[in-house]
Amino acid sequence: MFLLPRRSLRRSPSFTGCNMEKKTVLRKPKGFIDVYKHKPGAEKDRTHYCPGCGHGILHKLIAEALEDFDLVEKTIIISPVGCSVFAYYYFHTGNLQVAHGRAPAVASAVSRANPDSVVISYQGDGDLAAIGGNNINQAANRGENMAVFFVNNAIYGMTGGQMAPTTLEGQKTTTTPYGRNVKTDGYPIQVCELINTFTAPVYVTRTSLQDMANIRKTRTAVRKAIMNAKEKKGFSFVEVLSMCPSGWKKDSLQSQQWIKENMVPRFPLGVFRDVSEEAETVERPVPVMDTEEVKKIFGYSDFKASTIQKNTEANFKKISLRVSGFGGQGIMSTGIVLANVGMEYGYNVSWLPSYGPEMRGGTANCSVKIQEDTIGASEVTEPNMIIAMNQPSLEKFEKIMVPGGALMYNSTLIDIEPTRNDVDIYKIPITGIADELGDTRVQSMVGVGAFAAITGLFDPEEIVSLIPSLFAGKPDKVLNMNEEAVRKGYDYVTENYSV
Amino acid sequence: MPRMLMKGNYAAVYGAILAGCEAYYGYPITPASEIAESASALFPKFGRTFLQAESEVAAINMVYGAAGCGQRVMTGSSGPGISLKQEGLSYCAGSALPCVIVDIMRGGPGLGNIGPEQSDYNQVVKGGGHGNYRNIVLAPNSAQEMCDLTMLAFELADKYRNPAFVLTDGVIGQMMEAVDLPEPVSEFPDKSDWAVKGTAESRHLINSIYLDHDDLERWNRHLEKKYAAIQKNEVLVEEYMMDDAEIVTIGYGSSSRVLRSAVDIARENGIKLGLFRPITLFPFPVDEIAKLPEKGIKGILTVEMSTGQLVDDVNLALKGKMFSDLYSRLGGNVPSAAEILEKVSELYGV
Repeated sequence: MFLLPRRSLRRSPSFTGCNMEKKTVLRKPKGFIDVYKHKPGAEKDRTHYCPGCGHGILHKLIAEALEDFDLVEKTIIISPVGCSVFAYYYFHTGNLQVAHGRAPAVASAVSRANPDSVVISYQGDGDLAAIGGNNINQAANRGENMAVFFVNNAIYGMTGGQMAPTTLEGQKTTTTPYGRNVKTDGYPIQVCELINTFTAPVYVTRTSLQDMANIRKTRTAVRKAIMNAKEKKGFSFVEVLSMCPSGWKKDSLQSQQWIKENMVPRFPLGVFRDVSEEAETVERPVPVMDTEEVKKIFGYSDFKASTIQKNTEANFKKISLRVSGFGGQGIMSTGIVLANVGMEYGYNVSWLPSYGPEMRGGTANCSVKIQEDTIGASEVTEPNMIIAMNQPSLEKFEKIMVPGGALMYNSTLIDIEPTRNDVDIYKIPITGIADELGDTRVQSMVGVGAFAAITGLFDPEEIVSLIPSLFAGKPDKVLNMNEEAVRKGYDYVTENYSV
Repeated sequence: MPRMLMKGNYAAVYGAILAGCEAYYGYPITPASEIAESASALFPKFGRTFLQAESEVAAINMVYGAAGCGQRVMTGSSGPGISLKQEGLSYCAGSALPCVIVDIMRGGPGLGNIGPEQSDYNQVVKGGGHGNYRNIVLAPNSAQEMCDLTMLAFELADKYRNPAFVLTDGVIGQMMEAVDLPEPVSEFPDKSDWAVKGTAESRHLINSIYLDHDDLERWNRHLEKKYAAIQKNEVLVEEYMMDDAEIVTIGYGSSSRVLRSAVDIARENGIKLGLFRPITLFPFPVDEIAKLPEKGIKGILTVEMSTGQLVDDVNLALKGKMFSDLYSRLGGNVPSAAEILEKVSELYGV
């Protein structure tokens, strides 16, 4: 059976019966490259597809549509793995050849990078429904702006006739030599039905290449999907039942017949969804690349170099601190605030959290270093200071302190006494002071204030001046309470200890 | 210049935006998740694309797509995720697509744990996926370098049309330090002769298939030359207290931070310890390490959070003139300066 596309017939007067003198010109649509330069070998005027294969027909329907809609130049075709791996030999469009099953993922990024282009993901059944099953579902679910042409021939053609996800029950392939056994191999996957379960797709249809009438329906579907992509309507999915005479070991006519008799009953033809008319346009942002604009968004001009002077009389020249306690006691933020303040004072600082499941197990700790010199290891293995907010923390970290260090602990929640007698002990009711201020959550700033008093590194009023930027976006009430907490923590130390 | 306290993971994203990265495609994984999280917060502010992919595999293929369209594009992950990305990385290298991948290494093999390790060294530095290719690999050891080397990674990726890694471990990704934000990049290379943009002039082909054996050999020879050029031009190292060092320690990432502490303590005790830190792991500082034996040093100690992946390259570079000893910690444990000094004392009698 010689299949002529409809447009060629229309444009060929000899077939209309009128004006018989005019010469019939059958030509390739402009969607194809004139000479298939990427194709190796001498035959650069014909495809690599087997006689009777459906790919050539579908390629032609696509190429014609691209020409007719004047979209050849703005189209990008993603070639899969499978027989159509070489689709890029033929289409005079932008082309990306991609890994097995990944065409929808690649196409998602291509479409976002070039929102005004028409992106086509062309895939076979092994590629789309087996190894790339997740990728097609997720692209459909995101409503990516693309047209997917899914060639279902119930077999792995290129690889040599192995079972595909769409191989029919009982069908013999090179990996189902006794026929597909649904009890062990599962059932043929109905992809259109699956795609139709997602909310986002705008057009989902299954057509066939089994005869001229169905090729015409396929042509309509191809054109609709491409037009949807052009008009940015989102995700269109066209499944095409297609002949694989070589894989099926049949001739062309037998193959067409086989689709009709065997595939169509399992893969019913028709439009599953068409909401193209009412679909909202997919909008993509325009990237800001101008350097001044980038700096503005980052707020470069809002940053002011710090003018805070270091206290040259500080008790500590170098801080290696562990802060530890229950999750929710503000352990991490205590450390971050101290590192931030240290940075504003012009010190080198580092902060390292315990992270992951440790955080969810109820205890949390962080390491903070504040010093003049470049910081080496950021994990504090030999602290010269600890802030222990609960009993397990005191027990764990007092052991690793260096002699002469400062041990601050939260006496509101810790009943035991520290065992070390070679470090300075600061027993401070951190949680209690916070509660008196009206919110337990400010306990971390009580600790920060006490830290400032013990070390002499920071002036409490300098810390207070940094609070609006440290707690940016918080209401005044919260800012005021945190400011008070710093002062209370500082005062508690200076009133009860000689520092 | 703005100075901000931020995690290494955030700094990589700031660096990416400043380097003109237009798209981030990623999948969450501890201890790299803050990269995706901060990208999701920041990229939309600049009209740039953030998409949480359905899988690591999808993410690297999205990177392939964006890179093929000429965008500066990034993804981030950790060990198991990088394993999944290897096929896509091979395609990126095979199709000569520039892209940046941040790997915040965690403990392995298998699910391992989320503590810091350096055991992705081989899978990242040696190529990892199928075929003859290399990744450019930069190894930051501070939050500042997470920003700066991410920016450099974009530059080198474009310069050589090759994937570039920012390889570090959970400690560097998770810790906060002060970062001085540099000026945004204003000039970008012209990709019009290969990038696919959906225009008449950009109807190019992005592809890694060469059916003809001679064609594929030719392409591999081209890649080989490219890697030789990278090796020749792009080596970066940091040396600390190396001028009079009698014992040299070698390490990258957070190991090198601990080694710096060890060097400081050793020097206070009169031990002439020095630190040699490769900043680029591919290209590996082969020539620089080969010269170490000429300095008349007593010993070389490589310290890594993996079972001798880095030391293999050190010893290859030494060409049998000396052999490096190895001290390693694993499973999420970070070596301490004290342990390293004990090892130095045991090995070299100082």
